[in-house]
Amino acid sequence: MSIENPVERYLRIDRMPHIWCPGCGIGTTVNCFTRAIDESGIPMDRLAVVSGIGCTGRVAGYMHVDSFHTTHGRAIPFATGLKLAAPDMKVVVYSGDGDLFAIGGNHFIHAARRNLDMTVICVNNLTYGMTGGQLTPTTPEEAIASTTPYGNYEHPFNLPYLAESCGAVYVARWTTYHVTQMKKSMKEALQKKGFSFVEILSPCPTLYGRRNRIGDSLDEMKTYKERSQIKNGADTKDVDIGMAGPIVVGKFVDRERTTYQDAMEAFYARKLGDRYARASR
Amino acid sequence: MHADPAGVLTGAHFIDGDHACCEGALAAECRFVAGYPITPSTEVVERIALRFPEVGGVFIQMEDELASSIAIAGAVWGGKRAMTVTSGPGFSLMMEHLGFAVMTETPCVFVNVQRGGPSTGLPTLPAQADMMQARWGSHGDYEIIAVSPNSPQECFDLTIKAFNLAEQYRTPALVMMDECVGHMMERVVIPKPEEIEIYPRRWTNAPLDEYLPFAPEQDMVPAMARAGQGYRFHMTGLTHNEKGYPDMTVAGQARLLGRLVDKIKKNALALTDVVADQVEGAEAVVISYGITSRVAQKAVMAMRAKGRRIGSLRLRTVWPFPEHVIRDLAKTVKALVVPELNLGQMVREVERCAQGTRVVSVPHAGGTVHDPAVIVQAITEALR
Ligand SMILES: Cc1ncc(C[n+]2csc(CCOP(=O)(O)OP(=O)(O)O)c2C)c(N)n1
Ligand code: SF4
Repeated sequence: MSIENPVERYLRIDRMPHIWCPGCGIGTTVNCFTRAIDESGIPMDRLAVVSGIGCTGRVAGYMHVDSFHTTHGRAIPFATGLKLAAPDMKVVVYSGDGDLFAIGGNHFIHAARRNLDMTVICVNNLTYGMTGGQLTPTTPEEAIASTTPYGNYEHPFNLPYLAESCGAVYVARWTTYHVTQMKKSMKEALQKKGFSFVEILSPCPTLYGRRNRIGDSLDEMKTYKERSQIKNGADTKDVDIGMAGPIVVGKFVDRERTTYQDAMEAFYARKLGDRYARASR
Repeated sequence: MHADPAGVLTGAHFIDGDHACCEGALAAECRFVAGYPITPSTEVVERIALRFPEVGGVFIQMEDELASSIAIAGAVWGGKRAMTVTSGPGFSLMMEHLGFAVMTETPCVFVNVQRGGPSTGLPTLPAQADMMQARWGSHGDYEIIAVSPNSPQECFDLTIKAFNLAEQYRTPALVMMDECVGHMMERVVIPKPEEIEIYPRRWTNAPLDEYLPFAPEQDMVPAMARAGQGYRFHMTGLTHNEKGYPDMTVAGQARLLGRLVDKIKKNALALTDVVADQVEGAEAVVISYGITSRVAQKAVMAMRAKGRRIGSLRLRTVWPFPEHVIRDLAKTVKALVVPELNLGQMVREVERCAQGTRVVSVPHAGGTVHDPAVIVQAITEALR
């Protein structure tokens, strides 16, 4: 008897094996994502996945949907063009913390401000994976990266706080230990109209875990289990991540705001009346 | 295919080159523009912002040029014709996405209304100093298509042409304007929609499970699908195979780059668009493009008035460079004279093709156009 893997039809099986290291958390997030799509009821032909560059940036290539592997940091503006040209698509940006918040930080804050109707999933492994474990804007203070050999003295971003303050309508954070909650948040984000953001803390045993003496992937998962505190609705100001102390996870924000597209259409309809020609495709 | 009447402002207008470029894009059925303000290109997007809501277009002022230049790629894969507009510093920021559009075969138009550089340079004054950046500015090997209008009328005509070539070859096409043509006001005649030829996008009609997004047709260019049609295709800026999957092998690189370059290089003859004026039997020919061609014309007329047989060759398509035309010319003239608003860029191409014939560069650092007398003097010396 052959049993079909329940996530198989969402993946490009002809591209397996994937490039990720054993124990990497990215695969876990993809597994949850496929289940979230399945439960969201969004048809596969209406879903587009856009990635930037990095280990997480490869996600687009493994998803069996219209998928776009773009340039480093620019997945969000690509997705912006795609969404505005094809409003009938559900557009998901799936990328790494370095891609989305270092080189791509400016695009993130403006997309959230505009409340573009898209879902951004950030796999946060606290480092640059693909280029060899350098410092990223989310690396905790004191953590060792290849470009901070003595430890990090920069103050990192608190991503949920950043997302909320810029205008995201849905903000959640989980770790790869929290597969059920992660899947649920991804589903909610997919179903949310407007700019939704899900951060997933994910082990990079090859670079981050090893350098910071966390151990292998399993040890990193144990750390997540021990350090995580579920606090739905927590004030995002208070969810910074340090080398020690709690990692606050949960659904932090779920609110309504007019999306960019709705605002544009309503505005022009009001100002121009019959002269306004809607951009449908 | 003819232009959609919705976007065509048929009639005679007294407008500047930037506005004419906007009207050209509208006539070419461009319905997505992303841009970031920069002098002297801003008037293009200002007019787009005014005109688009009435024709079903979407304009978005992005946070920067990096965003603008990839938002248009997203819009193309979403099914629209798209353009971005900028000047010098913005053009520099767009270079990565020019290469991305080449690699992913995304038909789109980049407009650069050139100003003086490097750096912030002369924001409000003319130059033609980004000509080599247009050709070589993105990393890696590639070929590019670029046109260079010399009047508001041509800003209209050549913008349409750029869109058509972008679609025909599935590649980004550049409109290399300059501040002078961008800001000069002249009569621009916009034809009736049925008189405007539009090259339709090459949509695939392959069955859903058989489509290969990067498999070339006979003419080396693959047919496109857009997001949401059910093809579930993949596209990447990495070296890829016909399926769109990464194939980062030596052979894969040779195969893909070979085709991307060939689809333009091997069509160089078809892409050539030059205006030759009395070049047959000429002692010398002045080669120019953009605003400089109008100044050069004055010099040519002055020389002819003195009884000299001077020809003029104006490049409307600057890339690919019309090598064969210049090679042939070089065989018959004593000298080729190349005035341009830079310290010598396209003249290098002319030298490459001149095969021993004398080539005289007439550089100008920009800020103003040439004094025709300087060109007259250069021609005179070239013939000595
Ligand atoms: C313009 C540009 N700069 C730098 C790079 C090199 N680069 C590739 S991946 C990467 C970092 C990716 O880190 P992150 O987004 O955290 O993803 P991860 O690999 O950790 O999943 C960098 C800097 C690039 N490809 N393009
Ligand atoms: S380097 Fe790190 S992030 Fe990249 S695949 Fe390996 S474990 Fe995952």
